[in-house]
Amino acid sequence: MSMQAWKILASAAAVAFTAAAGPALAADPIKIGSFLSATGPASFLGDPEKKVLEKYVAEYNKAGGVAGRKIELVLYDDAGAADKASSFVKRLIENDKVDLIIGGSTTGTTMAAVPLVEAAGMPFVSLAGAVVIVEPVKKWVFKTPHTDRMAAEKIFADMKKKGITKYAMISENAGFGKSGHDETLKVQANYGMTLVADETYAPKDPDVTAQLTKIKNTAGVQAVINWGFGQSPAVVTKNYKQLGVAAPLYQSHGVASKDYIKLAGDASEGVRLPAAGLVVADQLPATDMQKAVCAKFQKEYQADFKAEASTFAGHAFDGLQMALAAISRAGSTDKAKVRDEIEKTSGYIGTGGTVHMSATDHMGLNLSAFHMVEIKKGDFALSD
Amino acid sequence: MLSAFLQFLISGVTVGAIYALCGLGFSIIYNASHVINFAQGEFIMIGAMTAVSLVEAGVPMPLAILLAILVTMAVGVLLEKLAVEPARKASVTTLIIITIGASIFLRGLAQEVWDKNFHKMDPFSGDTPINLFGAVLMPQTLWVLGTALLVILLLAWFFNRTLEGKAMLATSFNPLAAQLMGINTKRVLMLSFGLSAALGAVGGIVITPITFTAYDNGIMLGLKGFSAAVLGGLGNGFGAVAGGLIVGIAEAMAAGYLSSAYKDAVAFVIILLVLVFLPNGLFGRKGTERV
Amino acid sequence: MSGLSRWAGLGALAIFLAALPQALPNNYYVDVAVLACFNAIICVGLNLLIGYAGQISLGHAGFFGLGAYASAVLVNSYGWPPLLALLAGAAIVGLMAFAIARPVLKLKGHYLAMATLGIGIIISIVINTEAGITGGPDGIAAGPFSIGSFKLAGERDWYWLMAGLLLATVWLATNLVDSPVGRALRALHGSEVGAEVVGVDTARYKVMVFVVSAVIASVAGSLFAHYTPQLTPTKADFFKSIELVTMVVFGGMASTFGAIVGAAFLTMLPQVLTVFEDYEPVILGGIMMGTMIFMPKGLVPTIAALFNRRRP
Repeated sequence: MSMQAWKILASAAAVAFTAAAGPALAADPIKIGSFLSATGPASFLGDPEKKVLEKYVAEYNKAGGVAGRKIELVLYDDAGAADKASSFVKRLIENDKVDLIIGGSTTGTTMAAVPLVEAAGMPFVSLAGAVVIVEPVKKWVFKTPHTDRMAAEKIFADMKKKGITKYAMISENAGFGKSGHDETLKVQANYGMTLVADETYAPKDPDVTAQLTKIKNTAGVQAVINWGFGQSPAVVTKNYKQLGVAAPLYQSHGVASKDYIKLAGDASEGVRLPAAGLVVADQLPATDMQKAVCAKFQKEYQADFKAEASTFAGHAFDGLQMALAAISRAGSTDKAKVRDEIEKTSGYIGTGGTVHMSATDHMGLNLSAFHMVEIKKGDFALSD
Repeated sequence: MLSAFLQFLISGVTVGAIYALCGLGFSIIYNASHVINFAQGEFIMIGAMTAVSLVEAGVPMPLAILLAILVTMAVGVLLEKLAVEPARKASVTTLIIITIGASIFLRGLAQEVWDKNFHKMDPFSGDTPINLFGAVLMPQTLWVLGTALLVILLLAWFFNRTLEGKAMLATSFNPLAAQLMGINTKRVLMLSFGLSAALGAVGGIVITPITFTAYDNGIMLGLKGFSAAVLGGLGNGFGAVAGGLIVGIAEAMAAGYLSSAYKDAVAFVIILLVLVFLPNGLFGRKGTERV
Repeated sequence: MSGLSRWAGLGALAIFLAALPQALPNNYYVDVAVLACFNAIICVGLNLLIGYAGQISLGHAGFFGLGAYASAVLVNSYGWPPLLALLAGAAIVGLMAFAIARPVLKLKGHYLAMATLGIGIIISIVINTEAGITGGPDGIAAGPFSIGSFKLAGERDWYWLMAGLLLATVWLATNLVDSPVGRALRALHGSEVGAEVVGVDTARYKVMVFVVSAVIASVAGSLFAHYTPQLTPTKADFFKSIELVTMVVFGGMASTFGAIVGAAFLTMLPQVLTVFEDYEPVILGGIMMGTMIFMPKGLVPTIAALFNRRRP
């Protein structure tokens, strides 16, 4: 991609520092550290995140870096294990002496890093979903993805519109599924919802018809929510169709990628889920400020990796942009200043929505960042 | 709730047949060498991934399946030649670590040769559910069951009626005596790896329309296959199938009637209880092993 | 190992452990050393079982995890002092190991592997599922380790504690190996029938070793719960169990120092292999296979044999 094209796509903040770059100074590079679950059970998240960080750091460097300094990315693969993550975070802080950390694909790996970055005073942008990461607010910790609680709220809001009050839940007994399950239970009362059947399964289970049969035979189930990612939601969706369960099926934002539709095939027809603007970028109204950002990102990602960008790829993109913009505004890599600038991020338009951070909100997204989509004819269709 | 029970049973048989096919591979290698190959799950994955990628590349399904089986067999034979045979005299524990190393190696290789995404394969005869007294059965389940049955019959014929098979059994029973009788025990070992790799590939391909496949799918299938083989009694093909079905049905019944969170634990508790009372599994016997 | 060389070995290990921190430039390296100590302690215990008693365990991470979660839950949710929680964890694990030892250790070879694997998996399923108590897949934080007003802080403090504990564990293990019990153990690995013929109660010894190695794993787990910022169920799972067995076999079965070398080597290896990025598993698997093919007895015994051969 040419430097020209890059400038156009970059958000307002990015443009500001690209312009300020000018002739490269012989300064030390900005060191960005990262630990991601690029392999292992959460590679679904970590792999696209890694691709995005590597790609865009290279892009920034081609464009002259940030504030005249090149960017150096130090990236480790924690394979989804929290103890490996904490070792790598120590390595990033103590040995690589990075200026800022973007990473933590899962809530477990993120929470392993939190005490370390807090103690070291290291700005940290997490790419994981759970609410606990930013609630209560931790001084040095920020996150880019929507929370699973927001996804649950979005689903409930949609159910409420349809007059549904009793629902069943089937969730994966691993990090994402468990956390989504728990957050759903926490907010159900706000929407007047009652859980009538609660089932789980293991991430690699080849068949979940036993659990779904139980749900099917439970009286009064008006809708079913599935929490999980990877292959399991596709297995659930297929089995759901095979059993001919009549109630509508809701998936989480964890399946918001074309891979899910490809795997589940026709069975995914009619499934509803909350998703970031990224997956329906072309359907957003022209007035939606996210439209251009998402479309550009999607196009570039596909050009490089021959696959559709998932929302997880988008989280890494947003994290990198916000972090570099903050460094640019701070005019240095002084950790305290960079932290303050990240906290002042306001009006950044990313793939996940428009971000307004504050001292009390280290995520800065609200429910409007989510769209309700329905799968129609093998594609996501906006259905707000 | 007869239909619910029937549905749990079908779910259990579906899953159980998958475990059974995976368990059979463990049994063959054990029969020939008393080695437990912890890379058996990777054979399953390689078979499935090769077939899927060939089909995606436009190769007709039957040819893709045949090629996938051959590729996996080659991997199995290479593994035996390069890693297992040189360490033939090492202890059982050392061999276990070698095959675990092999599984990490093959998984890492698969992640580079292919990718980390999930892949699907179309069911062999459509996906219209068959209705059985209010419960539904997918045609692919019949394929899995039929394949398992066919494999057992073929294995029984192979071990009892062919010279190669008899040589394999003899080697397992007493390698030295077999060698003295003029049996090439090295060849037998190689043959057993090739055979179980082929079997793994067949299993992997037949189950993919149900389970999908990815570079790391071999771990869970290998673990469950091993459990099935041990529960049934190592070296006993019929036992591996029975073991697989018991584990699968136990999981489904536990999910249906007890708690889905503890379904895997229930299966392992059953295995433990069986082993306490039958230390050689359900159908395993010391000494003479027949299929 | 004779009495003299035992003390020489222990002394050499003590000097090495005392000198090591001087060579470590920053806390990251100290952290890796601490993790190596944790693994080494568990492996020395596990080696008693695998190397000397000839009994494989593919579920040892379960005991490690039980100890870790006993500490994390008792300290975090019930406000117990860490030391008391550690002892309670060790007692629970010891009793549990004792209860299951007899029926399980009756099994042989791969059947024993299956049984221990099953027990380990059941433990990890319980930890993963009972999220209300254990925090589930996202884990739980046990907080710092403190005795009274003394609080253990920083990697270096931890290093001294774990290095000391490693020495104590090695001392315990070598004593066990050289005692009459130990000789019985070695007899077991050789021939169980033979040992019984000469009047060794093999079952009793096997049970004892099983319990000792489980308790060592539990104590290490309890401390680990305080060392790690976030304890997650992956520490108790099947992969961790396999990793521990690999360390023991890699370093050399029936060699206490082999277990330490194996643990240290395989703790450091992934840190070194990060430069290979996506090829890391291929290289790790290759190294595991290569070492075991060319050194089937493990690193330390093979190298020791090489030295002995050179000596006149």
